[in-house]
Amino acid sequence: MSASDSFDDLRDLYQEVILDHGRKPRHGIRLDDFDTTAKGDNPMCGDRVQVWVKFADDSIGRVGFEARGCAISVASADLMAETVQGRSKTNTRALFAAFREMARTGICPVCDPSLAEPIERLAPLAGVHEYPSRVKCATLPWHALIAALDGAKEASSE
Amino acid sequence: MNVMTNPVAFDVVRIREDFPILKQTIRGKPLVFLDSAASAQKPRIVIDAMVHAMETQYANIHRGLHWMSERTTEAYEATRDAAAALMNANDRSEIVFTGNSTGAINLLAHSYGRGVLKPGQAVVISGMEHHSNIVPWQMLRDAHGIELRIAPVTDAGELDMDAFEALLEDGKVGLVAITHMSNVLGTITPAERIVKIAHAHGAKVMFDGSQAIVHRKIDVQALGCDFYVWTGHKLYGPTGIGVLWGRKELLERMPPFMGGGDMISSVTYETSTWAAVPHKFEAGTPAILEGIGLKAAIDYVQTIGYDAMAAHEASLTEHALARLATVDGVRVLGQAQDRGGVISFTLDKAHSHDVATLLDRQGIAVRAGHHCAEPLMRRFDLDSTARASFGVYTTHDEIDALVDGIIRVREFFQ
Repeated sequence: MSASDSFDDLRDLYQEVILDHGRKPRHGIRLDDFDTTAKGDNPMCGDRVQVWVKFADDSIGRVGFEARGCAISVASADLMAETVQGRSKTNTRALFAAFREMARTGICPVCDPSLAEPIERLAPLAGVHEYPSRVKCATLPWHALIAALDGAKEASSE
Repeated sequence: MNVMTNPVAFDVVRIREDFPILKQTIRGKPLVFLDSAASAQKPRIVIDAMVHAMETQYANIHRGLHWMSERTTEAYEATRDAAAALMNANDRSEIVFTGNSTGAINLLAHSYGRGVLKPGQAVVISGMEHHSNIVPWQMLRDAHGIELRIAPVTDAGELDMDAFEALLEDGKVGLVAITHMSNVLGTITPAERIVKIAHAHGAKVMFDGSQAIVHRKIDVQALGCDFYVWTGHKLYGPTGIGVLWGRKELLERMPPFMGGGDMISSVTYETSTWAAVPHKFEAGTPAILEGIGLKAAIDYVQTIGYDAMAAHEASLTEHALARLATVDGVRVLGQAQDRGGVISFTLDKAHSHDVATLLDRQGIAVRAGHHCAEPLMRRFDLDSTARASFGVYTTHDEIDALVDGIIRVREFFQ
C-alpha cells in the first residue's frame, strides 16, 4: 500500500471534518469559569468525557470539554460544543434528541426548522449508525452535556 | 505463500477448507478473521455433529430409558472421555461440565471457596487476569471473609515470580487462581513453577486455561495443578459448554453449587443427598448439543495435533511481531519470552477503537477495548488496546494484510 492510497474505503465514517475535529478540537479545554459540569463514562470501551458549561443569560454561552476516547467521541464533543453555543436549554435538548435519532438511524429526522442548520453541521457523524457499538461514542458527550444542564454530576448510561 | 516455509508440515490451505465461514467476504473484501481469542470459528465437523444429533437422535440425557435418550447420553458422555483424554485427567469423573470458563470459576469460587476455604485464608490471583477470574473471588472475599491478593506483572508482561512467592510466605493462602495464558498479552505463565511454589506453601492451584488450551497441549498430571478450567468455544467448539477439571478427592470435598435435577442421589422434603462427582455439580439439563459438538472439536484439534498447531501459531506470532516492529507508532503490549498467538497493540495516531473500525472497513476483524482486563490495562496506563489473535486457520498473508491495514490507518490519521 502506498501513501497515494485514495482511502475511499475508510472515509464514509471518518470524513475529513471528523478527523480534523478529532485531531484538533477547538473546545477541548476545561473552563475555569463555569456554571455547571458533568461527566460521561462508557464502561464498555473506557471512553470518558467531562463537559463544562457557562451560561450567558438563559442560553449556553460556552462549552468546554476534556475527552479521553476515540476520534468519533472527541469530534462529536467538539462539534457539539460549537453547535450548542448560543442555544437555549430547551433548544439544546431538542437538538440532542434529533442528533441521537440521526446517529441511530443515519437519517436526519423531521424536526423543527430551527434545528435544520445545526443538524446539518452534525451530519458528518451520521455514519456511526452503521456501527451500533459506536453510536455511544457520538452520543456520550451529549449525555454529559444534558446531565450538566439537569444539574446531575454524571450522565446516566443509555 | 509464506506458509510453505512453515517448519512443521501444516497445510493451512486445507485446514481453511474445514471452516465454511472463512469463504465469506466482508465489505467486498476477503474476511481476515483475527479475533479467535474472543471466540474461534467452527469447523464443518462440529457443525455437522450438532446438526446430525438434532436430526437423528436428540432427546434429554441421563434419565430416558428409550433408544434416543440412550444414544444421546452416550454421545454426550463420550465428550467427558474426550475431555479427560485431552487434558490427561486421571479419571473421567474429574471432568465437570459448565457453561463456560466463567461458570467453572464461579463454581469453584462458590463450592471450594465457601465449602473448603476458611474465613481468614487468602486467594492469590495475578495482575493479568480476565474479569472472570477476578470478580468471582471478590464476591467470595466479600461474602466469606477471604483475603484477595494480587501477584504483580512485570513491565515485560510476565508474572513477577519473586513477588508471587512472597505473597504465599505467611501460609494463609489456600488457593492460587491464575491464568495459564493472558488473553491480552499472550503471556504463557510458568505453570509448573507456580504449582511448585504454591504447593510448597500449602496452597492449591487453579489455572484459567481458556486461552492456553487452544495453543498448548495441557497435561494436568504433568502440570501438577489441582483445578484447570477452559471453555469450548475458543477451542473451535460451540458456545455454552466449558470444563472444570479438578482432582477427584478435592471435588468430593466440595459441596454442590446449584441444586436441582440430575445432581441428586435422593430427594425427600426433609433432606436430599447428592449424586457422585461430577454429576453433583451438573444440575439441570445440560448443553447437550453443545457437548456433542465439543467432542467433535476435541477430535478435530487432536487430529491436527498440538505440536503442529503450536508450531504454526509460533510462526505466525513471530512473523507478526517482526512486521509490527517495523511500523512507526505501533507499541506491542508485553514482551514475554513464552507467549501464544495473541498480540495487543496501540497506535500513536489513532485510538484503538478507530483502529478496529478502520481495519474492519478493510475486511479485517480485530478486537479493541479493555478485553475484560481493566486492572491490567491500568497497570500499563492504558484504557484500551487493539488485539489480533490467531487460530489454526490464520495465514501469514493475513498477518501481512493486518500490518498493511495498520500502516494505512496511520497514514489516514497523519
